[in-house]
Amino acid sequence: MTLNNFLILSAFLFCTGLYGTLARRNAVLVLMSIELMLNAVNLNLVAFSAFRENVTGQVFSLFIITIAAAEVGVGLAIVLLIYRNSRSVDLDQADQLKG
Amino acid sequence: MLDNAWIIPAIPAVSFFLILFFGKRIPTKGAAIGITALGASFVLSCVAVYQWIDRVESATGGKSSGLAAFGRSLVTHGGETKPVVEPVLHHVTWWSNAGIDFGVGIRMDGLAVMMLFVVTLISLLVHIYSTAYLHNDIRYTHYYAMLSLFSAAMLTLVVADNTLQLMLGWEGVGLCSFALIGHWWEEGANSKAALKAFFTTRTGDIGLLIGVTVLFWAARSFDIGRINAYALSPRADHSMMLVAASCLMLAIIGKSGQFPLHTWLPDAMAGPTPVSALIHAATMVVAGVYLGARLYPVFWNGFSIGNGGVNFMVLIGGITIIIGALLAFVQDDIKKVLAYSTISQLGYMVMALGAGAWVAAVFHLFTHAFFKALLFLGAGSVSHSGSHHSFDMKKDMGGLRKFMPITFWTFIVGTLALAGIFPFAGFWSKDEILVTAGNSGYDFFLIVGLVGAFLTAAYMTRCVYLTFFGEYRGHGHPHESEPVITVPLIILAVFAVLAGFLNAAAFHIEKFASWVEPRVAFPELVHPAFDYPKAAISLSIAAIGIGVAAFFFFKREKLGKLNGLTERNKVAHAGYMFLVNKYYLDALYENVIVASIRGGIARGSYWFNQHVIDGVVNGTGKGTKAVGQWTYEFLDRKVVDGAVNGTAEVTAESGGLLRYFQAGRVQRYALYMFAAVGLLALLLLIANI
Repeated sequence: MTLNNFLILSAFLFCTGLYGTLARRNAVLVLMSIELMLNAVNLNLVAFSAFRENVTGQVFSLFIITIAAAEVGVGLAIVLLIYRNSRSVDLDQADQLKG
Repeated sequence: MLDNAWIIPAIPAVSFFLILFFGKRIPTKGAAIGITALGASFVLSCVAVYQWIDRVESATGGKSSGLAAFGRSLVTHGGETKPVVEPVLHHVTWWSNAGIDFGVGIRMDGLAVMMLFVVTLISLLVHIYSTAYLHNDIRYTHYYAMLSLFSAAMLTLVVADNTLQLMLGWEGVGLCSFALIGHWWEEGANSKAALKAFFTTRTGDIGLLIGVTVLFWAARSFDIGRINAYALSPRADHSMMLVAASCLMLAIIGKSGQFPLHTWLPDAMAGPTPVSALIHAATMVVAGVYLGARLYPVFWNGFSIGNGGVNFMVLIGGITIIIGALLAFVQDDIKKVLAYSTISQLGYMVMALGAGAWVAAVFHLFTHAFFKALLFLGAGSVSHSGSHHSFDMKKDMGGLRKFMPITFWTFIVGTLALAGIFPFAGFWSKDEILVTAGNSGYDFFLIVGLVGAFLTAAYMTRCVYLTFFGEYRGHGHPHESEPVITVPLIILAVFAVLAGFLNAAAFHIEKFASWVEPRVAFPELVHPAFDYPKAAISLSIAAIGIGVAAFFFFKREKLGKLNGLTERNKVAHAGYMFLVNKYYLDALYENVIVASIRGGIARGSYWFNQHVIDGVVNGTGKGTKAVGQWTYEFLDRKVVDGAVNGTAEVTAESGGLLRYFQAGRVQRYALYMFAAVGLLALLLLIANI
């Protein structure tokens, strides 16, 4: 196993997440796509950390996991409120801030 | 204190504004502010005097007290060298151009310190005295404000280290005296007198302006120290100095009431009496003598004072002594007698300066300040409580000695001091003037001085007789004045008795000479020893003057034929009328000079006004209108409005464009963000950082 394998997997995961974030309409799925991107980054960090034998990257990914949990908590709360207001979690319809 | 002596004029200047802005709202109507300010200035001046004396004494060596001086031989007799005592200088440059420095500063030496003491003391006493004298006056607050400004201007002049600052103080003094002489301007005569004082002194001020300019071009400096040093150096241009000295002399003639511009001084009696005291003793008129003393090397060089010839200065002084004294005989107004006496005494000072008797002149200025202030305040006390606000000695006074003992006795002290009777202050200073003038070769002016002394003694006796002796001729209820008035009189009387002993040459006390005479950039002056025969002559002449006048007034019936001479004898009557009409000088000024100005020059000015000035004004108006129109049409309408409207339009347009990016869609924003990040990443790659 080389570092490249991990990087390719991580790039694939990131692109999947990016696509989901930009293209999906369902807010919950957008949130999940964001998680995918975060985990792709985590994978990158851990892989580099393992191959470079430097523990900093793993510590960093732990922090990211923690913050991601908080972020999902906030994100889901927002989604819940959007659903309560408009009975839908379709992001295309949540465009009240249109200029 | 010497280093920071600028505080002394600054305090009354601040007090002027305080009185002007807050005076009316406080219980004492501003008097308290003025008195406090002058009190503070006086205390600081005393500190300055003490420090200066200390400076001189420590430079001289032993801290000899007045008593120790008894044993010494004359300090300055012969060529004894005195240690140099530098004046304390402090200068702030306001701006400088091409090496020429413009600024304000202080030059503290014996002369300045002496004047600070005199000015602040007399001004303080006048402030206190005025609380009673001008009680319930309509412009009481304004009066106090002007008094403060008056003192501030004079103190600025005194501490000045350059001629420009001196001029500032000089003009300030002139302005304030104008305002104070015309204090009761509702009466036409008073405002006329104020205008006369202002315009007459202005005539002299032209001399000051030209003199300062000439001095600047000669010495390339406004600094008094440098001008003085230049005037005494061998490279000094004698003709330049002569022009400068003559111009400055014109200023002295105007300000110090010398012949022929003395006519404003008696008219200046229209002001309140304390103001007259201040003008005549400490501020306005002594400014001229102070100028002469300050820039003495210029006069020394310009008029060649050292070689004993008759010069402009000594001549003017001599003439003024006699004409002033003669005019004092025919006045019925007590203040006018004193005014002419001031003119005559200032003549002594100017004559002394011209005769090389610098120390004597300054010493006479010093002693004269006390007894003249005393006499004026005494006259004020008489009119305040004795003669019902009249100054006419023949109509409203007489016999007041019984009613006003304090005023009477202090007035007697002032009279004796003025007449030069031993041991009062005037004796020492007048005697020193006469002795020094005689020793420097001015014998004729020694005789003039002696005649002046005789006349002074006689007219003062007449004045005292008419005011205090005989029967009371007024219609009021004379009584002694309140303590606010009598206490300043007593203080001044003490000075009038004791001040002379500072330079009592007979007792070998020459404190004044050693403390006041500058030692830097100053001509070598002769200090003759006390001359007993001359002193005896001047004393007996003054005594004869008093005696003759007293005989004339007390023993009228014994005069026989001489009585009423002026009414019967044509020659005597002509002489009397000549004096009553003040040598027709006023007539000359008003009917000839002023009338010609009013006629030809005024008409010329009118034409000039109508055609040239109005043309310029109208042209300026039209030009301004055209410029205004253009400004409105082009600048205002197009440039300014265009800018304002343009800003609005640009904002609206850019807003319209940018609103397409504000779709409100989260994912669109995310797309922009990622696109931007992608672009930046691409950029980084290309730039290969």
